Amino acid sequence: MTSVPPQSARETVLEARGIVKRFGAMTVLHGIDLSLTSGEVVAIIGPSGSGKSTFIRCMNMLEVPDAGEISFRGRRVGPKFRGAGDMLGLGELRRHVGMVFQHFNLFPHMNVLENVIEGPITVQRKPRGEAVDIAMDYIAKVGLAEKRDARPDQLSGGQKQRVAIARALAMQPDALLLDEITSALDPELVGEVLGVVRGLAEQGMTMVLVTHEISFAADVSDRVVFMEAGRIAEQGSPERILHNPDNDRLKTFLARFHG
Amino acid sequence: MYTWSFAPILQASDLFLWGAWITIVYTVASIAVGLVLGLLLCFARLSGIGPLNWLAQGFQELFRCTPLLVQLLWIYYALPLLLGFDLANWAAALITLSLYAAAFYAEVFRGGIVSIDKGQSEAGSAIGMSNWQVMRRIVLPQAIRRMMPAFINQSVTQFKNTSLISVISVAELTYMASIVNGQTYRPLESYTVLAVLYFAILFPITKFADIVESRTRNGH
Repeated sequence: MTSVPPQSARETVLEARGIVKRFGAMTVLHGIDLSLTSGEVVAIIGPSGSGKSTFIRCMNMLEVPDAGEISFRGRRVGPKFRGAGDMLGLGELRRHVGMVFQHFNLFPHMNVLENVIEGPITVQRKPRGEAVDIAMDYIAKVGLAEKRDARPDQLSGGQKQRVAIARALAMQPDALLLDEITSALDPELVGEVLGVVRGLAEQGMTMVLVTHEISFAADVSDRVVFMEAGRIAEQGSPERILHNPDNDRLKTFLARFHG
Repeated sequence: MYTWSFAPILQASDLFLWGAWITIVYTVASIAVGLVLGLLLCFARLSGIGPLNWLAQGFQELFRCTPLLVQLLWIYYALPLLLGFDLANWAAALITLSLYAAAFYAEVFRGGIVSIDKGQSEAGSAIGMSNWQVMRRIVLPQAIRRMMPAFINQSVTQFKNTSLISVISVAELTYMASIVNGQTYRPLESYTVLAVLYFAILFPITKFADIVESRTRNGH
């Protein structure tokens, strides 16, 4: 199916160039550049309202940028669902780049298994048997094999989020975008979700995560990006960003967590 | 003291039965046509195409803000003068009932669709679904469940509204009751039987709607 590139070939998977986003008169992103190489884990941190979530939503074009471009494996992503000429369609981008949301957004009219096979069957047109095999693999991986027939409203927040991760993984994506995936969880449920993400990072999954879990970000990521007022204010290795920051705003921001 | 006598009325029971049948036919036919037109109106409203949205909204307001009886009289007596052809009473009745139903159904459908959380369609888009796949697989199944009580309610109203087509001499249930009244001079019995018949048909349906509604509220 999807060929895993060798670890040595650190090619750029997803790239954002000069992303500008406005909501009405307010500019929330002032030209963001970020490129993601295969196997890399990038954590985006920053205060509320800094544009982190808007930016990660631009990376799979759920928010369409007002200027700038997204490219996937060197192909520019066009504005339409279907690709045209050199432009990659939104549909194809999203088949290769999965997303997990803060509020899970599981499909409430489907059980766990149905949620996870929906993409492989409806989008990838896989035969049902094959889709179920793939889905059960990932459902087991997130530790919910015995919940395959449960409805979303019968699950805890942490379980819902793990199903949402399995749903994204079942598309066998080249990269995952995680948008504050623990922010809506009770504190005691955060660990089980972060555990799954840590496992993915160890297996070499390419990821961008927007998070408020600073120590987790430091732990799991190869690079930390600090956003502030719609710009990337600072980025670098977790050690440098979190333990030896130059930027004053970043120092202030981190002081709240180390406090 | 009035002496009730249902015997003359019961002799005309075939008229009542035929009338009830005609009422059901007009209800079902106008619901079927109204459903299709209502869906088209609803998609026009949600299309994001300005003129299409305004046209659909204008149509809806026209039919929602005038009485059905007035629409019926206008389409039967006035429209043919404007267009220069005759419209049979059954056709005028069916057209009016269907357009009226469409205007209200469109609002029921639209309300159901826009009530589905935006996160649902985003989750569908995020796994690569097209807009149509998102609508068919994610939004509509949830919206239909949510709009069911309102839909059944509107259909019950539609059934009762067919009584108005008696004014243009369509021989449905209410029209038959006035025929029986004319023949027997027993308005009390004629119209009591009429009321009982409407009730007998609609009561089970509204009970069914209640069951559907409580099941919707409990999430299944």
